[in-house]
Amino acid sequence: MARIGVFVCHCGENIARTVDCAAVAGNLADHPSVVCSVDYKYMCSDPGQNLIKQSVKDHQLDGVVVAACSPHMHMKTFRRASLQAGLNPYLVEMANIREHCAWIHERTPETTVKATDLARAMVEKVKQNVPLDPILIPVTRTALVIGGGIAGIQAALDIAEAGRDVIIVEKEPSLGGHMSQLSETFPTLDCSQCILTPRMVDAYQHPRIKLYTYSEVEKLEGYIGNFEVTIRKKGRSVDIDSCTGCGACMEVCPSKKAPDEFDMGLRTRTAIYTPFPQAVPNKPVIDREHCLHYKAEVRALARGKPVRAICQKCAKVCASNSISFDGGDELVKEKVGAVVVATGFQLYEVGKDQPEPYLKGYGEYGYGEDPDIVDGLQFERLASASGPTGGKILCPSNGEPPKTIVFIQCTGSRDAAKGIEYCSGVCCMYTAKHAMLYQHSVQGGRSVVFYMDIRATGKGYDAFTRRAAEDSGAEYVRGRVSSIYRHDGKLVVKGVDTLGGEPMTVQADMVVLATAIRPQPGIKQLAQKLSISYDQHGFLNEAHPKLRPVETNTAGIFLAGCSQAPRDIPDSVAMASATAAKVLALFSRAELEREPQVAKVDQITCSGCFHCERACPYGAVEHLEVKDRRGNVIRVIAQINPGVCQGCGTCVANCPSRSIELDGFTDSQVFASIQALSL
Amino acid sequence: MSFEPRIVAFVCNWCTYTGADLAGTSRLPMSTSVRIVRLPCTGRIDPLFVVKAFERGADGVIVSGCHPGDCHYTEGNYHARRRFRLFKELLDFTGVDSERVTFSWVSASQGQKWADVVNETTERIRGLGPFDGYPGVERGEVA
Repeated sequence: MARIGVFVCHCGENIARTVDCAAVAGNLADHPSVVCSVDYKYMCSDPGQNLIKQSVKDHQLDGVVVAACSPHMHMKTFRRASLQAGLNPYLVEMANIREHCAWIHERTPETTVKATDLARAMVEKVKQNVPLDPILIPVTRTALVIGGGIAGIQAALDIAEAGRDVIIVEKEPSLGGHMSQLSETFPTLDCSQCILTPRMVDAYQHPRIKLYTYSEVEKLEGYIGNFEVTIRKKGRSVDIDSCTGCGACMEVCPSKKAPDEFDMGLRTRTAIYTPFPQAVPNKPVIDREHCLHYKAEVRALARGKPVRAICQKCAKVCASNSISFDGGDELVKEKVGAVVVATGFQLYEVGKDQPEPYLKGYGEYGYGEDPDIVDGLQFERLASASGPTGGKILCPSNGEPPKTIVFIQCTGSRDAAKGIEYCSGVCCMYTAKHAMLYQHSVQGGRSVVFYMDIRATGKGYDAFTRRAAEDSGAEYVRGRVSSIYRHDGKLVVKGVDTLGGEPMTVQADMVVLATAIRPQPGIKQLAQKLSISYDQHGFLNEAHPKLRPVETNTAGIFLAGCSQAPRDIPDSVAMASATAAKVLALFSRAELEREPQVAKVDQITCSGCFHCERACPYGAVEHLEVKDRRGNVIRVIAQINPGVCQGCGTCVANCPSRSIELDGFTDSQVFASIQALSL
Repeated sequence: MSFEPRIVAFVCNWCTYTGADLAGTSRLPMSTSVRIVRLPCTGRIDPLFVVKAFERGADGVIVSGCHPGDCHYTEGNYHARRRFRLFKELLDFTGVDSERVTFSWVSASQGQKWADVVNETTERIRGLGPFDGYPGVERGEVA
């Protein structure tokens, strides 16, 4: 026989003004399972909590119902009090007679009837509660950081500096990301590589950081604290341990026409290459698409002919014998406890051909058709001292300095008709920087900036854009450009000055498009591998836009940088450090405590249909093989991993054989609650 | 005295329950007709709960959770939506006017919407009159 205690709170006058609390307590006192039913002015106060604790002891209660405010307000308070009195906290329930009753109704007998009903439903429910203990899960205190740009590097360094191991997986042959391509950074105009490369080296040399470059995440299994990641190490053909980075191989490579990705296609590189002189690790990789040997191998295999060694000049000159054409991709597994996704961005390539049907591109601007129409990153490379022009801003078509240059902001951003309605956040700033760099570089040059609005909200940003617009010599024109075409050797830019109210035509030598930031290609596939969600553009979803901005809805997976939304370097770094703090909090204990209200499968009645597996948003359902005494598998049934289950109960309602129960919300508890209502 | 309906509301813990809390904090007046049963997610709501509520004597039922895309558990509400799309037809088949069941999305910030859902449902059920029980089924036979 149950021994339930009912505690009705007046909440001062908040509840008592409209609910007859003494009557509610009196009504419940007659319930056969209730051995003590009292009302009190403030149940959450110390004397109120002591009243509960004393009653638990005096009446040997095996269940407590507090009829008071919302459980979101004080459930923890009363569960803690009951624990202190020696009663398992999961034997406490709350009836919400304040927000859901007293505050929304007049003082009528009906209000007291409803309060009694709500309390009685909880009495019936708590009778079937079972004691639960927090689930403890061991934590592998190693973090996986996906992406080796500035966000990934910052997160990795912060975690490693705090004494935890980190694995960085970077898909390119070097750390650095897009920041390494930038010439200068706003709003200080300090050199991007000068501030980035020391960080890259720090990460590379850190004893707690293990680096996989030219590698990608193939698969992620497991759950918070206990992930196993499979990493695909793409065939590099160069042994980075023995390679000295002398560069002799690159000098002899006859295949010199591969587009240089680092220089945004503004020059070509050899098939065996390091992406840039400060690459970390500064060891080359063979681009198999352009290497003569691998091209011949593909042809031979397609024709069913034997593979012969072609060229291989690089291997012949390599003094350390580090180059081998035998190896392919390699899969390695690592155990990690947390994952940081810092995959960064790509620019919206606004040419005619688009990867997604909703992206329309700007065919009218001629990007990708005229070499003098470039995007922001290409301009960065033109302005960079390590770039194809050695830092001189020159037209790609003829190598002459552009006498007139046009910058077009919001190319793609804030333009729903072209597929992207969001603001990319950084373009106002980098265009201001570009205009300044141009005015510094080309004496007497004319620069025209077409803008929609200037959004410069960071520290020192407004002063920077004002400097560009007012002092640098750049002409800022508020308006859009309708088309660009080549006429008489000039790029004719047709736009409108909306403040002057007149159409405007500029004869330009070069046009720079401030194109929108998009998430990395392949982000959706990665999100699916990690079981995290993304928005309609592919940016990864945070768990809560305000209160949990760096966590995802999958426990143990965190976000940093542009993978979540467009952002600049200071924000990416701040977010990466925030993420590191979250990871370190997770790693602060060897075991993780989880809410024990999880789903459980009845192994006798489960038929193994796995409807639950398809319904589970978390992949918590596992296959359990039931064997006979000889070890033969008789049947396969569902089993729920309590470390992964979040307790939503979707599987429970989906189970055709009613073989799953969710602790705290079992079918019979819900039915008992309904039964208790005076309907 | 006019007929005062009894309505059981099955709501998710994260959006609608919190939205109903907000309605309370905002002191939005509501009919006393509704009793809320809190569940973790609309995905947990078994249509049998609704069947049981009617069998027990409810005149109406509200099912409410997070808006599509906002589910605390990512996609439980999508399961609920599909489930109740089918279930409404089954209700009609069993002789229960599906007008007696309200299916709505109320977020944690929509206290006013919750009050509206409660009051509109109450008005509608008042118009439909009391639920007389399943035809040919005695009380206590279901679930």
